[in-house]
Amino acid sequence: MKHSYLTALLLIAVIALIAVGSQLLGIRLYDRIATNLLISVVLVVGLQTFMGNSGLLSFSHIGFMGLGAYTSAVLTIPAQMKGMALPDLYAFMTVVEVSPLVAMVAAGLVAAVVAAVVSYPLMRLSDAAAVITSFALLVVLYTVMNNWSAFTNGPRTLFGLPKTTDMPIAAIVAAVVVVVALLFKESRTGKLLRASREDEVAAAALGANIPRLRWRAFILAAFIAGVGGALWGHFITSFAPKAFYLKETFLIITMLVIGGANTVTGAVAGTILVTFAYEGLRGTEGALNATSFGAGQVVGLTEIVLALAMIAVMILKPGGIFPNREIGHILIRARRKKETAP
Amino acid sequence: MAFTIQFVIDVLSLGGAYALMALGLVIIYGILRLVNFAYGELIMVAGYTMFLASGSGLPWIVMAVLAVAMAILFGILTDYIAFRPVRAKSVTAVLITSFAFSNLLQNAALLFISPRPRNVPLPAVFSQTVSIGGAITPVRNLITIAASIVLLAAVAFLMRRTTLGIAMRAAATNFTMARMLGVPANLIISSAFALSGFLAGVVGILWIGRIGTVVPGIGLEPLLVAFIATVIGGMRSLPGAVVGGFLLALIDTTLNYTLSQDLLKFRDAFTFSLVILILLWRPEGLIKGPASGQRT
Repeated sequence: MKHSYLTALLLIAVIALIAVGSQLLGIRLYDRIATNLLISVVLVVGLQTFMGNSGLLSFSHIGFMGLGAYTSAVLTIPAQMKGMALPDLYAFMTVVEVSPLVAMVAAGLVAAVVAAVVSYPLMRLSDAAAVITSFALLVVLYTVMNNWSAFTNGPRTLFGLPKTTDMPIAAIVAAVVVVVALLFKESRTGKLLRASREDEVAAAALGANIPRLRWRAFILAAFIAGVGGALWGHFITSFAPKAFYLKETFLIITMLVIGGANTVTGAVAGTILVTFAYEGLRGTEGALNATSFGAGQVVGLTEIVLALAMIAVMILKPGGIFPNREIGHILIRARRKKETAP
Repeated sequence: MAFTIQFVIDVLSLGGAYALMALGLVIIYGILRLVNFAYGELIMVAGYTMFLASGSGLPWIVMAVLAVAMAILFGILTDYIAFRPVRAKSVTAVLITSFAFSNLLQNAALLFISPRPRNVPLPAVFSQTVSIGGAITPVRNLITIAASIVLLAAVAFLMRRTTLGIAMRAAATNFTMARMLGVPANLIISSAFALSGFLAGVVGILWIGRIGTVVPGIGLEPLLVAFIATVIGGMRSLPGAVVGGFLLALIDTTLNYTLSQDLLKFRDAFTFSLVILILLWRPEGLIKGPASGQRT
């Protein structure tokens, strides 16, 4: 348990460092990237609570982020703007306007409730069937967001969210989420779930109700994704359903997997690493586009490099950078070794 | 009467295509217990081969053979790049590499060809219609039905009567045991990928024949269809994949005819909800596959 405190402390320190560091630099672009990074930390750590503990790949996470973003949007867009931003909104909803903080919690709750209902039957599935249905779930959520014009303005861009997410808020939420993920990992549910990840049959024989355990983790992950979505929505202020689909799914899974899905440390480390790589590649792509002489736009280069990196990591280090132990654990072990050594 | 014929032809042609897609996925899954996310991209590869070959002046049938050959080649490449290096590691690792490989191919098409739709050459017969018992049907639907019957029969024959097919089924039932008895593992896996690529190539041509153009993201819908069909039918059973494909086509077509325009936009959501209901009732899928053996 002691090493979890140390891990939490270190990860919060890293988050604080990113927040303070980018503030000190004072460049707007870096501020944007850092806020984006912190929001990604929220999403990826949220995904880790399900994927890392249960060992099941989940593709639907971004869908729940979308649910959160839209819920928060509907609740916070100022009443006088609703007519323009959401022309088809149901009449009784047009007068609702709550503070972004309340909306963020509501976003998490909506995502969690939807997750609780739809995932209940799915958690009985294992292996590939579980992965496939989570993929299908992403498509369902996307289809709904893309077509339920009353709430989402359809495939068109939804605008008018108040910009309330800034760096400190993103950092605070990220820190809270890291602590929640560590607490969950060490809770009874988390431990049993990790046992089922290692050996499903043995865990079930010991009396673990695996579908129920997975269900709880999935709801928690969806709640965090919803909160992350609200956070992102109020940062970006206008978005379309396209923002919650395969490309983003690929990105957060890359982050989690490169860092190491089994540890919260890995989730944070992977997010930081991939964000830097991504922004660097994006910059290169932009530079190439600026210099190319009518040869057409360079698109997709970033994704190609990331995909290659992901395959390479899987071949060389399938557990990611932090495969099993949290950073606190690693440090304490290293010190103990030094002490016992003559 | 005309309506019934129309309905039956719709279901059969859609179901034939769906069944072939699902079959291509299950052949890999049955042996390796690994889902190939890059499966849809094989269809994309077939489409782009047709597009690239369209300027060459070759007869259409040669282009089609070329497209299928490329799909087979990329199927085998998937094995070498995304599967073989991580096969012995965790299931998640392989899912992720195949997902990454799928992204790689899609973005390569985006980068080297174009994000915009490209026209694919099609013979005139694909756009003609015939009237059967009062129902006007595109000829391509009949071609799809015929092709799926021939291919399903061919795959059934291959799996039941040939040494390769029997070795594949043996590997699907108990991989370690099959290896002990002298079935060469790598060869069997590569042939499974080749067969999967072949099915993807043929389905690709039939599928693109409906649309007429190819875009980098074209593989997504067939992939989803194959996914859902296999989950309904039973992940490890070849007949299950075929049954799942036809059942999914039946559901889709019925919804097409019964849902109002407003609700039709949500068709996919309805289909997948039905799938969830089926899974509630039968988590293993409709048809159970062979007893599960150890993965390599």
